[in-house]
Amino acid sequence: MDFSYSEEQELLRNSVARFLADNYSFETFRNVSRSEPGWRRAIWKQFAELGLLGASLPEAFGGLGGSAVETMIVMEAFGRALVVEPYVPTVVIAGGLLRAAGSEPQKQEWLPRIASGDAVIAFAFAEPQGRYNLADLATTARKHGAGFVLNGQKAVVIGAPFADALIVTARTSGERRDNSGVSVFLVDARAKGVSRRDYPTMDGLRASEITFENVEVPAENLIGRHDDALSVIEQITDEAIAAHCAEALGAMRVMQESTVEYSKTRKQFGVPIGKFQVLQHRMVDMFMQVEQSASMVLMVTLKLGERAEERKKAASATKVQVGRAGRFVGQGAVQILGGMGMTDELALGHYFKRVTMIDTLYGNTDHHLARYASLQKRS
Amino acid sequence: MDLTFSPEEEAFRAEVRSFIEEHLPPHLKGRIRRDLGTKEDYLSWHRKLYNKGWVAPNWPKQYGGTGWTVPQRYIFNEECARAETPPILPFGVSMVAPVIYTFGNDAQKKKFLPRILSGEDWWCQGYSEPGAGSDLANLKTRAVREGDHYIVNGQKTWTTLAQFADWIFCLVRTDPNVKPQEGITFLLIDMKSPGITVKPIIVLDGVREVNEVFFDDVRVPVENRVGEENQGWTYAKFLLLHERSGIAGVARSKKAIERLREIATAEQVDGTPLLETDEFSRKVAEVEIDLTALEFTELRTLAAESKGKPPGPESSILKIKGTEIQQRITELTLEAVGYYAYPDPHAFGENEYPVGPENAVGAAGVYFNMRKASIYGGSNEIQRNIIAKAVLGL
Repeated sequence: MDFSYSEEQELLRNSVARFLADNYSFETFRNVSRSEPGWRRAIWKQFAELGLLGASLPEAFGGLGGSAVETMIVMEAFGRALVVEPYVPTVVIAGGLLRAAGSEPQKQEWLPRIASGDAVIAFAFAEPQGRYNLADLATTARKHGAGFVLNGQKAVVIGAPFADALIVTARTSGERRDNSGVSVFLVDARAKGVSRRDYPTMDGLRASEITFENVEVPAENLIGRHDDALSVIEQITDEAIAAHCAEALGAMRVMQESTVEYSKTRKQFGVPIGKFQVLQHRMVDMFMQVEQSASMVLMVTLKLGERAEERKKAASATKVQVGRAGRFVGQGAVQILGGMGMTDELALGHYFKRVTMIDTLYGNTDHHLARYASLQKRS
Repeated sequence: MDLTFSPEEEAFRAEVRSFIEEHLPPHLKGRIRRDLGTKEDYLSWHRKLYNKGWVAPNWPKQYGGTGWTVPQRYIFNEECARAETPPILPFGVSMVAPVIYTFGNDAQKKKFLPRILSGEDWWCQGYSEPGAGSDLANLKTRAVREGDHYIVNGQKTWTTLAQFADWIFCLVRTDPNVKPQEGITFLLIDMKSPGITVKPIIVLDGVREVNEVFFDDVRVPVENRVGEENQGWTYAKFLLLHERSGIAGVARSKKAIERLREIATAEQVDGTPLLETDEFSRKVAEVEIDLTALEFTELRTLAAESKGKPPGPESSILKIKGTEIQQRITELTLEAVGYYAYPDPHAFGENEYPVGPENAVGAAGVYFNMRKASIYGGSNEIQRNIIAKAVLGL
């Protein structure tokens, strides 16, 4: 057993931290998230030059051949800096899906472009009626000539406003919530029949409601097996969960640290408020929640390659820990900073919002508690 | 002892309900829940209640109060919450007015109370300062007597809706050489006075709800001092007790649970309404049970009050439990809406239809915004200190 980073991983950790410290201040986050287009293509290209976009992709396709540990390192740093660019949809979801299930031509076409920062890809999976069930799909893809015709609506597609392509889950057979009959496609974001309604999210990202109306998708854009994509979708979303939990961990660390700092300088009743035992214990509990989350993020990252049941349990367990910790740390931080914690001017609230929204993403705490419990029952 | 309402009380409920139905314009229903609202949104409803004589159920009748019994006040609150009327903001009616009619002189009562009642004057609260939050007595805003005036210099903060206000009631320091609590004076200050600057503070959900208020050589006539010089802390404490007793928000929380139930019924988990899943239904049940307990705690307090017992330090219970319940309901509502917590509703124009189901709009914003409830009006930590010290004698 060894939890230490390799030399390359230490290098990556230091370089991404340094780069973000120099190029991604809180002010930058605010300005970018509040103006059009809501992201920076230039910094995306710099991520590529630093090797961040290809960190976890195979060397044969322009990547650096790293693992989920590299993703964890990058995402924790991104969480600390409130990065808004769509790293998880493009690299973790699209990159991961193509690596796991893509054909050779698909990999050759897309993976090098992801690694070089020339392609941005969003993941259109959630639907208005489906809540957190990845198989609850009203979007259909029907065979049509040599290809497919896509119809349906996707909800809250993060990063879609600036995506070149979309990964779209759709039903190719069976009933709405059947586990079989699910397929996944790569769809040109500008294809005829794709229409978007773009909007900012509560945590400073951009997302879209997307309608597909008789969108023609060539057969070669089917990723993986026809009618049988649910298990690979689950695998990839578990990888995305691990990545977002690392992001939330970075954000929680900032909240926890800045709360402690504040409590040392803010004086009331003639003493720093950090001297009050009731606040000390609350901050200790926050600290413990952050450390427990760090442990779970490490655990899930190392278990992503295990068999499906183990991987699912690890992902759900981590999502529960991080969801609860995020709420506890965020609420505690705002409470201890008092009115200051409520302001839009301070970074703290923006971390709280990011962590809160991450709880919703790919299923909230309750969803993953139930998923874990049912996996436990079955094993 | 009896839990049921008398026929007279039921008739009163019917009267209140039909009044609201008749006078509340549809665009005002739920308006303040969805957004901050405009000044006119609040005032137009305030004026309707004023015309009916129903603005100030908490005031003695001689100043324009309703003379209602405890059950009547309870019924009135419940009906307003049920219909989602704009609230009567507390700063004038529930905060400064009781100070004025309890400690003010006749001229002040005559000048201010009718204008508070009619809504002509909008009041805001000048208590907190950058260095005086939980430690309110540490306030530094200075007032120096110069003939018939006080000259006020300093800064207040977290001033709710100061951008709409005509008047501000302020705690100011008049004697810096005594114990902090002993050198404070309670002043009523015209917001149009030269030297006052109001600067917005944007809060987590992106709205301008609070402000900083700066005082630069503001001249305040001595006649606008309430009570005695350097006795302001007594009045301030009195006001905080009154603020706390209104803060439980039981009726509004009941309504919020009703809305939560609607949302969680519409939201489906694999074909079952979210509300019917074990996990979620238990969480809703828990908060309902907490609210029932709080409701009866408040009723006991009100009953004691109607027998002449003024609100005491126990009213901190109402503040703590009331705000914890309000916050819990916003948490559950956020959980219920799923992915449609994501869109930022402020990005959509007035006439633009927001993304997602109507009742999901603003769920995240309200959750973030309500974090303030355990901070304002004396943080919940301070409230626990009060109970420990003044009730338990620790």
